[in-house]
Amino acid sequence: MTTETGEILRVSDLRTYFPVRSHALIPRVIGQVKAVDGVSFQVGSAETLGLVGESGSGKTTVARSVLMLVRPTSGQIVIDGQEITHLSPKALMPMRRKAQMIFQDPYNALNPRHTVGGIIGAPYRIQGIEPPGGVRAAVQALMERVGLNPEHYNRYPNEFSGGQRQRIGIARAIALRPKLIVCDEPVSALDVSIQAQIINLLRDLQQEFGLSYLFVAHDLAVVRQISHRVAVMYLGHLMEMAPRETIYAAPLHPYTHSLLSAVPIPDPKLQKERSRIMLEGDLPSPINPPSGCVFRTRCFQAQERCSVEVPPLIEVAPGHQVACHFPVATLPAGIETALATLENQPGVPVRRPQPAGDQVSSAQLDRLPADGRPDSTPVRPKVRVGRSR
Amino acid sequence: MICLIILIVFYLVGIFGPVVAGMFGISPYTFDSNAISDLGGKPYGAFGGISLAHPLGVEWGTGRDIFAQLLFGLRISLIISTTATLLTVTIGVLIGIIAGYAGGITDSLLGRLMDLILAFPFLLIVLALSGVLTQRLTDLGVPEGNVSRVLYLILVMSVFGWPYLARIVRGQVLSLREREFVEAAVSMGASRRRILFTEILPNLWAPILVYATLTLPSYIGLEAALSFLNVGVLPPDTTFGAMLANSVTYFNVVPTYLFIPGTVLVILVVSFNLFGDSLRDALDPKGGH
Ligand SMILES: Nc1ncnc2c1ncn2[C@@H]1O[C@H](COP(=O)(O)OP(=O)(O)OP(=O)(O)O)[C@@H](O)[C@H]1O
Ligand code: SF4
Ligand SMILES: [Mg+2]
Repeated sequence: MTTETGEILRVSDLRTYFPVRSHALIPRVIGQVKAVDGVSFQVGSAETLGLVGESGSGKTTVARSVLMLVRPTSGQIVIDGQEITHLSPKALMPMRRKAQMIFQDPYNALNPRHTVGGIIGAPYRIQGIEPPGGVRAAVQALMERVGLNPEHYNRYPNEFSGGQRQRIGIARAIALRPKLIVCDEPVSALDVSIQAQIINLLRDLQQEFGLSYLFVAHDLAVVRQISHRVAVMYLGHLMEMAPRETIYAAPLHPYTHSLLSAVPIPDPKLQKERSRIMLEGDLPSPINPPSGCVFRTRCFQAQERCSVEVPPLIEVAPGHQVACHFPVATLPAGIETALATLENQPGVPVRRPQPAGDQVSSAQLDRLPADGRPDSTPVRPKVRVGRSR
Repeated sequence: MICLIILIVFYLVGIFGPVVAGMFGISPYTFDSNAISDLGGKPYGAFGGISLAHPLGVEWGTGRDIFAQLLFGLRISLIISTTATLLTVTIGVLIGIIAGYAGGITDSLLGRLMDLILAFPFLLIVLALSGVLTQRLTDLGVPEGNVSRVLYLILVMSVFGWPYLARIVRGQVLSLREREFVEAAVSMGASRRRILFTEILPNLWAPILVYATLTLPSYIGLEAALSFLNVGVLPPDTTFGAMLANSVTYFNVVPTYLFIPGTVLVILVVSFNLFGDSLRDALDPKGGH
């Protein structure tokens, strides 16, 4: 059923609102959180679309809507040629084999009372599929593939470190050989050194199985390592979408500029000298978003027109779409150095998805000892836009 | 874990009580007129008539063996408290899961029902309804006498006991269903049934078990209190509460009559509570993440 364009996912004018209820004795709907408000994009076969935006911009809600974990208010979601928003839970079953999810928090995403074997084998059991050779053999092959020791089949999640847990989550997601995997910040809860391993694993799996990823992250640095295209989101709207090179080399939207200038530079001296675009104030409430351009309350370019007219998402170059009345062409000072240092940053190899020559095999991924020692999980870095002066 | 051993012994004695009594050649139902004085029925000998034939003495007035009464009383106490706990836990878990998972109006209605039950003056109701409802049970075909009285106790304990557990379970379910592993199951197409029983329920066992081991001793105590208040079993059968109620009259003359069942009751209840506490400690660190 693959369309001729090789498109796996198409999202059209997606809106997902959450009702806000009063706390009265008989609760009443008194408003709506417009978590996602008119978002359109598509993801091609074996392609990774990065989705970035600060906390609260609606990325997780997009991810959950795509898999119908929350029912969208309106819009279409087409997975592998089939529109799914109108399907009943039963009719959704076959689609669920095609699209899976990897979660942000590896401590919450695995049932603490199930063994690893039970967790990774769950997709087969739920879908009623008997893999050739049986579930156990299939699960152990998956464990091996993602860099886990197959002998740990009967262990419980609390005996694994954060990185290993994320591998368990990945094994579960690829069990049914899906075409699309939605990754909701899959590495942001992990140690920096482990982040790179997980990203490499995801990239290898993409090569091997021709997977498509919708890859959510809250900053442009992580997304850069894996995405072919990048979409920037703010307060439920898409601000800019472009091929990876363009987003980093020739961004046009003021919000993308501010996100770029927030990408941390490992070199403290450079970090101090560079100029930063600081956003004023906080993210406005998605219950009552600003008129016109939703970004206007914090935009350094904002003019009167921005408060009356919603800027449409326009294609300014092939594959490059921007929603802004007054796009900015010049890069913020210092960003080239920032990106250059990122390329050379140890432990985070920036590898192009193509060509297939320089792949690291999964055997080379170091197997962490299953000693139950959790990684020191850093506090999740928030986007540095705003606040700090 | 000494408390666990004590509990196992208690249950064994409860189950094999008649055998033990047979071994000692005693029975709770046999009157022994040789052990008491003809006038007033005061037991012969010190400490309420402790002798080789009656290791813990005999009952005032009838000469029935105290040790045998304890054995048989323990049996009834354990039957009542264990059954009532099982029933309480079943109802509480079921309603707690439904309220927590269904949410919305179902949750609100069940919540109000729990409030209502918790607001009832329990003791008053139990005492007031005892006669009527026991009669009702007899009418429904339950054998008259102590069988329907025991059943009545079990029913009122369960009916008034489940809301506490249901509240705990509801809260747990509310937080568990927001966890990402539930979302993961949904994204694979899991049915409601699978989510409830395979994903959520296994995470509830620890709190349920702990709650049960703490409820059981409170029911033993409650049964004793109700027997004391004459809602419990009737002679010639007996329980801790009934024995205690009986003994109060003679406390000044034969204090052992009060102390013996009292001590056994305290040991039983304390062992259960200690066991519940150590169970909680053992299960808790694994339960979270
Ligand atoms: N179930 C829900 N009910 C009500 N509001 C919600 C719900 N889920 C999300 N929201 C709101 O929708 C908005 C977008 O949330 P979302 O989780 O999609 O953001 P995000 O971009 O993933 O943020 P983060 O980086 O913190 O994960 C937020 O204002 C959030 O409070
Ligand atoms: S439309 Fe106006 S407010 Fe919005 S991003 Fe562009 S310049 Fe800023
Ligand atoms: Mg999120």
